[in-house]
Amino acid sequence: MLDKRMSAADMVAQLSDGMTIGIGGWGPRRKPMALVREILRSGLKDLTIVAYGGADVGMLCAAGKVKKLVFAFVSLDAIPLEPWFRKAREAGQIEVLELDEGMFQWGLKAAAFGLPFLPTRVGLGTDLAELGGLKTVQSPYADGETLIAMPALNLDAAILHVNRSDWRGNVHLFGADVYYDEWFAKAASKTFVSCEELVDRMEDHYPEQAQANVFERCFVTGVVEIAGGAHPSSMPPHYGPDMRAFKTYADAAREPGNWPEVSDRFVGASEAEYLAGIGGKEAVMQTPLAIY
Amino acid sequence: MATLAELCIVACSEAFRGNGEIIATGVGPVPRLAASLAKLTHSPELMMTDGEAYLVEDPVPLGPRDYDDRKAAGYLPFSRFFDSAVWTGRRHAMVTPTQIDRFGQINLSQLGGTHKQPKTQMLGVRGFPGNTIYHPNSFFFPAHGPRVFVEGEVDMVSGVGYNPAKRIAGGNYTGVDLRLIVTNLCVMDFGGMDNAVRVVSLHPGVTFADVQSATGFTLADAVQGETPLPTAEQLEIISRLDPHNIRAGVIKDNPPAHGSMA
Repeated sequence: MLDKRMSAADMVAQLSDGMTIGIGGWGPRRKPMALVREILRSGLKDLTIVAYGGADVGMLCAAGKVKKLVFAFVSLDAIPLEPWFRKAREAGQIEVLELDEGMFQWGLKAAAFGLPFLPTRVGLGTDLAELGGLKTVQSPYADGETLIAMPALNLDAAILHVNRSDWRGNVHLFGADVYYDEWFAKAASKTFVSCEELVDRMEDHYPEQAQANVFERCFVTGVVEIAGGAHPSSMPPHYGPDMRAFKTYADAAREPGNWPEVSDRFVGASEAEYLAGIGGKEAVMQTPLAIY
Repeated sequence: MATLAELCIVACSEAFRGNGEIIATGVGPVPRLAASLAKLTHSPELMMTDGEAYLVEDPVPLGPRDYDDRKAAGYLPFSRFFDSAVWTGRRHAMVTPTQIDRFGQINLSQLGGTHKQPKTQMLGVRGFPGNTIYHPNSFFFPAHGPRVFVEGEVDMVSGVGYNPAKRIAGGNYTGVDLRLIVTNLCVMDFGGMDNAVRVVSLHPGVTFADVQSATGFTLADAVQGETPLPTAEQLEIISRLDPHNIRAGVIKDNPPAHGSMA
């Protein structure tokens, strides 16, 4: 039987300096934060990060891991402006490719299908094309329309946090919205998945929920069970965003404003230590779901 | 007595009148209440979400409530938002950018400095480039002033406007459709010459000169009268949709609707 179980450290050991890494989820929702923390504990550097950004992007920027960021926004919802991302941008510390949210998923789809680009109207009439060096193409048909050629966002690796998986990488994603996790998985050469619940054989446990298999196991390289692994982001229906934790994190960007001084609190020497510091897995599971 | 915020909610709700079966999205308390009010009064055919992923026929109230209070009639998560709503043109969004210019170009991304090193980094362009090339958009600004309605052009063009110099030749701009601008002073549209911004109604106690002096570019005067005060029925619906009175914090000092500038 295919067994894709590995530790978070094993996953990060398969990444290397300069890689392009996609991070699933959306803002402060469904982020693979335990895997992000594992990257933060590693010596990885010069990464290109591709994400609908939240604290994942803020932390990686603050820790100096990011050479380039591909983004449409970085936000913590109730705290609209991600303060650590802001600091990095205002210091001119990172290169960026700024995209519209829809263009972004279009670029993942181009990568998934092995295409150099996909055409779109989005970006015309704005500063995006010029700032991002995006080229245009002309329709070869009678309409002759000029369109933006959204380049493929090819990922060396993607990291995701999902509701369930089995040892072979049969994943279940549910909750109100699974965002673009499917396309991160398909755009990546390797996809590493952490999950709230790991079972041996999905068909022996949840055969009636196979429609939650949003992408197939051929897109999964490795799986690890990390309950609470999205904290402080939300993981519906298991738990909501920990807004108190986000506030502490945001406040720390102002005072002391220096990541090395505070990173222990937000990363920890190990995931076990991190979880202990926030009151354990049980506390995470009790965080109420967000009302929008 | 109605507040200015409530008058603005009613004025904003007019943007959604007669739009048909499209997704009405109001981002922020006043636009969201406006879309909900429109659906509950003159335009029941409007569609909207609970702010998360589910389509609801009864607009959800603002602020704390039980998670399952919303009754889902349909499903429109972000994972299919572009396929179903934005890129098919079946949506009208009302948003509050940080800047807007005389062409209707908007900015939510950054202020000052360079793209490599902005003086102030904000959210990023979000979905503005796609929204503005594909479906109607309207705007609400709670503090009308020259830092919002800028002279020249916005610092980073995050949304398409009617600026001919910005349009790459051969592109299809037929979806660009900027509708209303509602502020704490007035209601404006893009009905002037070459889509110039014009003032169409003034809130009670406000003059055209007040609006012009708070705006960084020249406005056309097409004032047809005073922005209507909310009716008792509208006020009752608004208070039901906003039981925690979040709307009271939107405009500085929460002034009354009548004679707010007097």
